[in-house]
Amino acid sequence: MIKADVLGKASVASTKRSKLRKSLLHHAGIYLFLLPAIAFFVVFSVYPILYSFIKSFTNWPVYGSSQFVGLQNYSQVLHDPVVGTSLVNALFYMVVSVPIQVVLGLLVAIGLDRPMRGRAVFRLMYYIPVITSWVVVTLLFEYLFNTDYGIINWVLESLHITHTAIPWLADRYSALTAAAILGGWKGIGWAMMIFLAGLQGVPDELYESAAIDGAGKWQRLWSITLPMIRGSFFFVTVMLVMGSFQVFISVFILTGGAPANETQVPLVWMYQQAFTNLNFGYAGAFSWIITGIIIVLTVIQFLIFKPRGAKEA
Amino acid sequence: MINSGGNKTRFIVVGLFALVMVFPFYFMVVLSFSPNNATLKYPPQLLPTNFTFSNYVEAWQSNDFQLYFLHSIWVSIISTVLGTIIACGAAFVVSRYNFFGRKLIYRIFLGSMMVPSMTFILPQFKEMEHLHLLNSLNGLILVYTAGMIPFTTFLMKGFFDDIPVELEDAVMIDGGGKWTLFWRVMMPMAMPSLVTAVLFNFMGGWDDYTMALTFINDPNKWTLPIALQLFQGQHSSAWGMVFAASVIQIVPIIAIFIVFQRHIVKGLMAGAVKG
Repeated sequence: MIKADVLGKASVASTKRSKLRKSLLHHAGIYLFLLPAIAFFVVFSVYPILYSFIKSFTNWPVYGSSQFVGLQNYSQVLHDPVVGTSLVNALFYMVVSVPIQVVLGLLVAIGLDRPMRGRAVFRLMYYIPVITSWVVVTLLFEYLFNTDYGIINWVLESLHITHTAIPWLADRYSALTAAAILGGWKGIGWAMMIFLAGLQGVPDELYESAAIDGAGKWQRLWSITLPMIRGSFFFVTVMLVMGSFQVFISVFILTGGAPANETQVPLVWMYQQAFTNLNFGYAGAFSWIITGIIIVLTVIQFLIFKPRGAKEA
Repeated sequence: MINSGGNKTRFIVVGLFALVMVFPFYFMVVLSFSPNNATLKYPPQLLPTNFTFSNYVEAWQSNDFQLYFLHSIWVSIISTVLGTIIACGAAFVVSRYNFFGRKLIYRIFLGSMMVPSMTFILPQFKEMEHLHLLNSLNGLILVYTAGMIPFTTFLMKGFFDDIPVELEDAVMIDGGGKWTLFWRVMMPMAMPSLVTAVLFNFMGGWDDYTMALTFINDPNKWTLPIALQLFQGQHSSAWGMVFAASVIQIVPIIAIFIVFQRHIVKGLMAGAVKG
């Protein structure tokens, strides 16, 4: 009796131990799968970002040890007139490029939602700008917007919209317009794809019953399609607004901020401060201010879009 | 609702606008096959005349173009393989198991996608300097890989979530572990979606300009996008050659897209619905 009890306890302990062993092995296996991803993430994302945050409060010299300077970099950024220009320019870029992508992307998606001849080919044609590199399309648009032999000026003059050649890339708002048209054109296919995915989720019965009730095409678009794809609409807008404040390669190559920083946008200015003027402290502080602006803009959009249907998206 | 008259207008409108969208590429291809003086003509010449391959030959043979092409292929392929496999591993356990820190890791990955990549580049430059990884293709491979992981994890987790758990039980009963499950069941089952992740990761490396510009100063280590832009700077009126080089740069991506179009569109849509 006593013997049996001891044996029983021992076997319970051993099954407990083997259970523990199993669970340990199980978790070790899980973390082994995660380890490479986390290692890369810590080394190339978490560490740099903390490092840059701390360094943004120092003078961050190119060589040697840095000294704590408090908010000096931040105040320098906020007092820099070029920063103001760059933010206004980003806003301008946003106001031109986001509607192009949202409106045209949505219209194309509605056009391609139902099966028709050539649908796959058309979808590909709209998507090609999305998958080509920024460098290639920027060089291409630099050519198209050329003052002397660019096709844009040729079209405008042929249609008698303008009579003299426009020096697109030499002036502030014309250069930004060119960049925004490039960005808009490149992103229409992306917005289209998101909207197509959203439209797939709209049940056909809704349209059918609306048609029976005598709703016209526009009415159906307005009262069924648009409310049903609210989530996609929200997602596309948020992403594009965020993207507008991060426009970089196109402006960097088209104008580089010239003339006299008039076409400057936030990231180009930040990049030049860091790698041309070697002002790392300034650039670090600016990068955090840009991140802050992007977060605030995203939160504002959440507040505007979200009150109804908080579960979408 | 579906009337043929409406369909025809829809076809024409959508089709015409599609032509407008690809017109810049059409023009680029025409000019890449035209003699150089054709690119500086006004009014622009919209149809090919004096067809020639010379821009392609010249571009391919000049300025170490072939070297840059190889560099781009090398860094893109290696980082895509690394980034995709590593992210799939993470996505697999996040999708399938409950463990301490699961939600936190996933949320931090998602959150990091909101931070502008430029915020990372500045300190990464300093870090790469300390690690002696500036001017190194291996360094470039590492930052590309790191950059792919959060998004790919997010995308693949969504796809893994859709794979039925019953398949898993069969493997477990047969005595297979996580490793077997991952390689024998999850990865093959996710293949169609994997194509999407692979294409986008490859594009990330192949099209990258900013990181290569920042981390590589040595002309012997350049990649194609950097070379293209500097090429244009050096031969500012040799547009024919610049466009020939550009066509060479974009053809691989478009070809991959066309071949896998069906999978990619499906993968993109699924990703978009979850996003």
